[in-house]
Amino acid sequence: MDWLTTVDHKKIGILYMIAGLFFFLIGGLEAILIRIQLMKPMNDVVSADTFNELITMHGTTMIFLAAMPLLFALMNAVIPLQIGARDVAFPFLNALGFWTFFFGGLLLNLSWFANAVPDAGWTSYVPLAGTTYNDGHGVDYYVIGLQIAGIGTLLGGINFMATIINMRAPGMSFMRMPMFTWAIFITSALIVFAFPVLTVGLVALMFDRLFEANFFEAGNGGNEVLWEHIFWVFGHPEVYILIMPAFGIISEIVSTFSRKRLFGYSSMVFATVLIAFLGFMVWAHHMFTVGLGPVANALFSIATMLIAVPTGVKIFNWLFTLWGGSIRFTTASLFAIGFIPTFVMGGVTGVMLASAPADFQYHDSYFVVAHFHYVIVGGLIFGIFAGLHYWWPKMFGRMLNEGLGKITFWTFFTGFHLTFFVQHFLGLLGMPRRVFTYLPNQGFDTMNMISTIGAFLMGIGTIAFLLNIFITWAKPRNAAADSWEDGRTLEWTIPSPPPEYNFKQTPLVRGYDAWWKEKMDGNTEMTPAEPVGPIHMPSPSIIPLVMSIGLFIAGYGFMYDNLIVAGAGLLITLGGMFFRSVFDDHGFHIEPEDQDKGVHA
Amino acid sequence: MSAHDHAEGLPHQPETATLEGRNKILGFWIFLGAETVLFGTLFSAYLALRHNVMDGPHPSELFQLPMVFAATMILLTSSLTSVFAVQALHTHRKNAMVGWLIVTILLGLGFLGLEIYEFSEYVHEGHGFTTSAFSSSFYTLVGFHGAHVAFGILWIGLLILQIYKKGLTTVTAPKIYVSAIYWHFIDVVWVFIFTVVYLMGKVG
Repeated sequence: MDWLTTVDHKKIGILYMIAGLFFFLIGGLEAILIRIQLMKPMNDVVSADTFNELITMHGTTMIFLAAMPLLFALMNAVIPLQIGARDVAFPFLNALGFWTFFFGGLLLNLSWFANAVPDAGWTSYVPLAGTTYNDGHGVDYYVIGLQIAGIGTLLGGINFMATIINMRAPGMSFMRMPMFTWAIFITSALIVFAFPVLTVGLVALMFDRLFEANFFEAGNGGNEVLWEHIFWVFGHPEVYILIMPAFGIISEIVSTFSRKRLFGYSSMVFATVLIAFLGFMVWAHHMFTVGLGPVANALFSIATMLIAVPTGVKIFNWLFTLWGGSIRFTTASLFAIGFIPTFVMGGVTGVMLASAPADFQYHDSYFVVAHFHYVIVGGLIFGIFAGLHYWWPKMFGRMLNEGLGKITFWTFFTGFHLTFFVQHFLGLLGMPRRVFTYLPNQGFDTMNMISTIGAFLMGIGTIAFLLNIFITWAKPRNAAADSWEDGRTLEWTIPSPPPEYNFKQTPLVRGYDAWWKEKMDGNTEMTPAEPVGPIHMPSPSIIPLVMSIGLFIAGYGFMYDNLIVAGAGLLITLGGMFFRSVFDDHGFHIEPEDQDKGVHA
Repeated sequence: MSAHDHAEGLPHQPETATLEGRNKILGFWIFLGAETVLFGTLFSAYLALRHNVMDGPHPSELFQLPMVFAATMILLTSSLTSVFAVQALHTHRKNAMVGWLIVTILLGLGFLGLEIYEFSEYVHEGHGFTTSAFSSSFYTLVGFHGAHVAFGILWIGLLILQIYKKGLTTVTAPKIYVSAIYWHFIDVVWVFIFTVVYLMGKVG
């Protein structure tokens, strides 16, 4: 029960992780089904319609319901600890963000049971997604599910921006923040400025579908290209929202396991900010073949290629951090080191795609599929696996099994390259994406078979990871505070898992890599910045769950034209806001004599 | 000086006296950043579609500037009165603050009434929500703003009741302050709507 009412960032992080892994498995199963269908020519394991549903739900689930929450899991678990805070700025909003994400994702996936699955692709282009060509409820599930989940993401972005600006421990200036904290700070800013664009796009599409508006109905003056612009003005920053945290995770892990200060910290910060800034002005490189004209295509081409510069800065900084370090090859560091060449390959195909004339050849082929899986799986998912293995002892107090971890890495890493490397060549040979089958003897057969075998290997890697979780669960909680012994940042100064209040005394930060600095100066603990005293904590609350259920009900009401149900749902949500506003939460205090008892997350 | 007695020991700017208060104000500014992007996208969609009027009336024959100008003046004045409310907050004059907040709400209601009247007039002239891409994007943009005004009225109304119940404290002060920033924000958005939708509609 206390999991339903918790406002503790560490527990919310675990909730995000469980939900994220659950949706990751669903998205993974969809991917396996896609690969089984494409295993051989003229296969008929699934029908063409089901295939469309599978690719739509695979993309949407993996991006919004697996990758994002897994990132939020690590953000929640780590950021307050890294900056020496007792919680996030808005614990209540944090819980609300989780529950709205969860119910949005649930609504989207219930479409499988309602027999009305979205099938217009994860980009949901109009007019395909409009009522003319899609008159069932499939796209409604997409539109409403993502809107509800998007509220959660936006709240998270606002929360972490405010947390990082206002809640840092004394002495932690911006240029002393750990790289992961910097990455999340920039990611949060991207969320705040990108997600509202998606909200408007989804609202417009919803109005078109449910209330006969004409945003995208060409017959009544609407404009289909407008959808593409809106979607990608959001969509391109979104891919940086996904990859930035991975950059941060890799920076932490590479530095820890090389036992060296991160090379070029300030250039790393600058590169992160620059990538985020440029990320907002490259969206039309997804639309080169729309016909925006040579000037627009040239400008967006050049802007896109510019991003390779700060990204290259990062790659070289990681390499120079590794250079001359005494490297330990744990599972986390294997994933981090595996990330670097894989992400470079994704980056190189990215620059190839950025060239507008060449893109006319690659567009909508498997070359594109290979490219974005190299940056998203090879970048982000490797980063998430690295981060989960690295911070697992801090989250749960137990070390994951290294042997199984290495099996996870090698099967997943090999499987990944088997699956997606050949897809570059499939694309160059002309195999279009989003087709449910192909004719034999076009040179596609062998490579598709290899790709499917690779997908199964990735599945085995994921199962090994799950097995590792279950085996670790049965082990005693004996992880040390500084679990890897080479920890550099503040989260490694407190017990694993941390007590409810994180820091008994707020630490004083004396430099970059605060904990490493103390260790080098011969200290065994941080210098406290305050005396021991009662610690103020926020009270748990059921309201976030209730408000999210309200939105969930309202979503169904709108979808099936039942305005009474919709109104009732909204009323529940507004009622939650009313209660939250009227009844102030004064929280409670943990007295010093109780502080040593409650050491559990 | 009963209002002063009530605020015994309050700091000069009670809204930023606690970390919770400072968090709330910072978080709200960030939220307004997101709102800016939201309205920015709605404006973009409107600008892209505003010439596609199909069989419906053209904006230059539809819009009645005198009424919209009156609505603009009402909303601008309400922004001024909410500044007076925040000034009263800083000098701990609770009753003056509540008074100015009530004036703000009344002006907001006046604005909303004019807008509803305006929309119903438009519908009579054949400018319905489903008439054209222009009409859909017009009602969505202006309607989103109207919904923000309505939400603000309910919110500030609720805060007034809370002030009566709880008094002016370091818990209630940030709420008042944040609602005032919100009110200014929807005022600024309206200035852009007045320019981009109405004035450009008359000349474009």
